[in-house]
Amino acid sequence: MDSASSDRTVPGQHLAPTVARSVKILVVGAFGVGKTTLIGAVSEIEPLRTEERITTASVGIDPGQPNKETTTVAMDFGRITVTEDIALYLFGTPGQRRFWDLWSGLADGAVGALVMIDTRHLEDSFEVLDQLELRTKIPFAVVVNQFPDSPDYPLERVRAALDLLPETPIVECDARDRQSAVLTLITLVEHAMTFPVFQKVNA
Amino acid sequence: MDSEEYRDHPVRSYVLTSGRAHPSRNTLRPETLVRAVESRPVLSTAGRLERELVQLCHGTLALAEVAAYLQLPVSLVAVMVSDLVDAGNLTIRSNHQAHVLPGKDILEKILDGLRKL
Repeated sequence: MDSASSDRTVPGQHLAPTVARSVKILVVGAFGVGKTTLIGAVSEIEPLRTEERITTASVGIDPGQPNKETTTVAMDFGRITVTEDIALYLFGTPGQRRFWDLWSGLADGAVGALVMIDTRHLEDSFEVLDQLELRTKIPFAVVVNQFPDSPDYPLERVRAALDLLPETPIVECDARDRQSAVLTLITLVEHAMTFPVFQKVNA
Repeated sequence: MDSEEYRDHPVRSYVLTSGRAHPSRNTLRPETLVRAVESRPVLSTAGRLERELVQLCHGTLALAEVAAYLQLPVSLVAVMVSDLVDAGNLTIRSNHQAHVLPGKDILEKILDGLRKL
């Protein structure tokens, strides 16, 4: 999570007047896994941040201030105008459902989710994957973000360690690289196309 | 961890939205596109934030963008946007129901767009 400089929040980057529809993809994963980096690599605007306040016992959220009764959870996001009439929003959020629920309707209607994984901390992703598999029907693809000191595991080993379904896509990515990040989105949307729930044409 | 503990608690929203925590419509999502109705002047009773919000929307933006620019929570901006739509100052640009999934035709368009990036 990089800190937003204050001059980022200069308004005025409106969508083209032809854009009449928005769709969204969630980018989920543990803190520091590279969500904002990936969003920044593909977004046509500097990633923006919005915060919601929550009451919390502060477990795993704000380690610096363990006794706080309310804290804020940030969501960084970006956008891509993919066609002249469709804007794709990428919302980065901690993976657990309780965070999505902070932003009312965040998961509703999503094309899918990119689940970002750091192989140095594989166990951080177990809860996220459980929630996606058990509590939602959202298509998702697993993105292994490559850090310089990431162990060089073959993808199939990561797949096995995460106990992914055979049809769930898993791809490696350098979240800083635009083309690499775009490929993860393409992989996810292609996967979503195979879900019966999207077969209906409702233009 | 008790998930019931994690609830949005927008203290300030009760002041800014006359005591309401929920918008008058539930179809607003962070990605919902909104735009000002230029022909409709903002009521003289509107507050500073409402004016700022409408001004911000002289071009199309998603609700989340409006929230980020105003540095307010999405949950609070949803209440304000909803009121401003009711007052005729804002219009919702996205012409689909928020909870309806995009059709396959839309996904194909998105794919085409992504492949051209």
